[in-house]
Amino acid sequence: RHAAATPHSLAGALEQGKPQTPLPDGSSRTGLKRLESQTQPLGKYDLQGIGELAVNPLGDRIINAFFKEGEDLTDFRSFIRVLAHFRPVEEGKSNETGRPEPMNSRLRKLQFAFQLYDQDSDGKISRDEMLQVLRLMVGIQVTDEQLVCIAERTIQEADQDGDGAISFEEFSVEKLNVEQRMSLRLLK
Amino acid sequence: MEDLIFAAAKVMSVWLTVVFTLIVLPSVFGASLGISELYMRILVKTLEWATIRIQKGVKQEQAMALKNSASSGIIQRDETTMEKEIAGLHRVDFELSDVFYFSKKGIEAIVEDEVTQRFSSEELVSWNLLTRTNVNFQYISLRLTVVWVLGVLIRYCLLLPLRVTLAAIGIVSMIVGTTLVGQLPNSKENRPQKGGICVANHTSPIDVLILTNDGCYAMVGQAHGGLMGLIQRSTVKACPHVWFERSEMKDRHLVTKRLREHIADKNKLPILIFPEGTCINNTSVMMFKKGSFEIGGTIYPVAIKYDPQFGDAFWNSSKYDIVSYLLRIMTSWAIVCNVWYMPPMVREEGEDAVQFANRVKSAIARQGGLTELSWDGGLKRAKVKDTFKEQQQKNYSKMIVGNGSTGNPTMGAE
Repeated sequence: RHAAATPHSLAGALEQGKPQTPLPDGSSRTGLKRLESQTQPLGKYDLQGIGELAVNPLGDRIINAFFKEGEDLTDFRSFIRVLAHFRPVEEGKSNETGRPEPMNSRLRKLQFAFQLYDQDSDGKISRDEMLQVLRLMVGIQVTDEQLVCIAERTIQEADQDGDGAISFEEFSVEKLNVEQRMSLRLLK
Repeated sequence: MEDLIFAAAKVMSVWLTVVFTLIVLPSVFGASLGISELYMRILVKTLEWATIRIQKGVKQEQAMALKNSASSGIIQRDETTMEKEIAGLHRVDFELSDVFYFSKKGIEAIVEDEVTQRFSSEELVSWNLLTRTNVNFQYISLRLTVVWVLGVLIRYCLLLPLRVTLAAIGIVSMIVGTTLVGQLPNSKENRPQKGGICVANHTSPIDVLILTNDGCYAMVGQAHGGLMGLIQRSTVKACPHVWFERSEMKDRHLVTKRLREHIADKNKLPILIFPEGTCINNTSVMMFKKGSFEIGGTIYPVAIKYDPQFGDAFWNSSKYDIVSYLLRIMTSWAIVCNVWYMPPMVREEGEDAVQFANRVKSAIARQGGLTELSWDGGLKRAKVKDTFKEQQQKNYSKMIVGNGSTGNPTMGAE
């Protein structure tokens, strides 16, 4: 336990390194490098120790989003990369062609959410994968039959190419207010 | 060689005489020479000067950002509940985007954890010239560094030996003279009475010192080893206390029984209990364990708030042991705290122990100006209970199923 940094100290390190622009997405080389050298690897166990995350029905899935398949440790850079998805979208920034997609764009936020469903990463949300997420969110409160009902109805409504699963394009259709619902609000 | 020993003996005797006459004797008789007050005034002036120097040295925007991060965190928490967010989207059943809410909450928790924050020491807005609180500050000016060096000298070469001497005198006399400990009459308003239970929020073992300064109590707590254990065992010789092994505490009925027996005996002193179960860093009050509130009897709440400007009293027992903690305390400038004795409370009709505990907790938090959390202090060491998760799941299910529209009217919600 001693070897890894706590999430809180990491967030604090974030503040120290760049008092004006938290959540760097690589925009300041020196700041990021200094933080990288200061922090030690972050383990799944550390994130699991956060109380608020442990009571979040999707807590485990969110934690897994930070780690590569089968690994238990992540480094600072990768950690920040995932957090960067939740950076608020700045007003008035047009989508410049030729630049790589920023981490906090609408597309990336949707991808993060999609990935919570699509555990086998085949690019589609199958009926089973949807059932798994539903089960996580409702716990023991709802019967299997009801959940199957809900899942099938959802797929029916969203599926456009008739393959019985939801692809990313079908998922992204018409999601209201993604930018606000998937961004943290940072204090100035 | 002899001269050296002579000289050393002379210094010691002078030192002890000074300490005795200026500090020990007056305090035994309850009088005060005003030295503490003078010291505090000088200290406050010095710290104010230091703060001004720092503010000049740091750019304005940086100072503002630091101030914000120290007090309210880095992110603004979205306080909309699940119900409001989903209702705001004008629909009543499951949508693929429902995961957005949980993702955002989860990430917010990672960036800024409300709970573990409480278990590390409070971050100060301005520096009080102690290295240990120097989280956010870099080198500012030569003058400040000189003052800091002076501060170190004063703290380690004057204050520390002084306090160690006092502590030594105190401990020795306590161990030798425990039979002589008197029982002060409790006639002051709102002071806990015999047969009652005194509850307070917990920040460090010093809480005990401060409360006993003002009245006699029977202690309840975990039996420690080492120096602390020695002190605990000797207090038992003077009047009855209730010391537990932490493993014994898991057997709640045994604990309740012992405590009940204690307060039933009207001759015994009021019990002092810290229902949080562990030390919290004094910015908030965590969940009160219901055990103390099941015993019955009158509860006398006490709120204790330390002023962090002069020294940090918080004991992180998973990080420091008692001796290094005492060393830190003795090399701080001072420990200043406010104690509020509140009117007694009794469990009302139809109120169960948990509700009663929460009521007392709110009263203490309000009085001391601390925030109130419903998290368990035991989270310092253990993982969280599943009941909180179930509550969230219940709320969510009600929304997507409870409102009908599952397509099958014969199936009702649970």
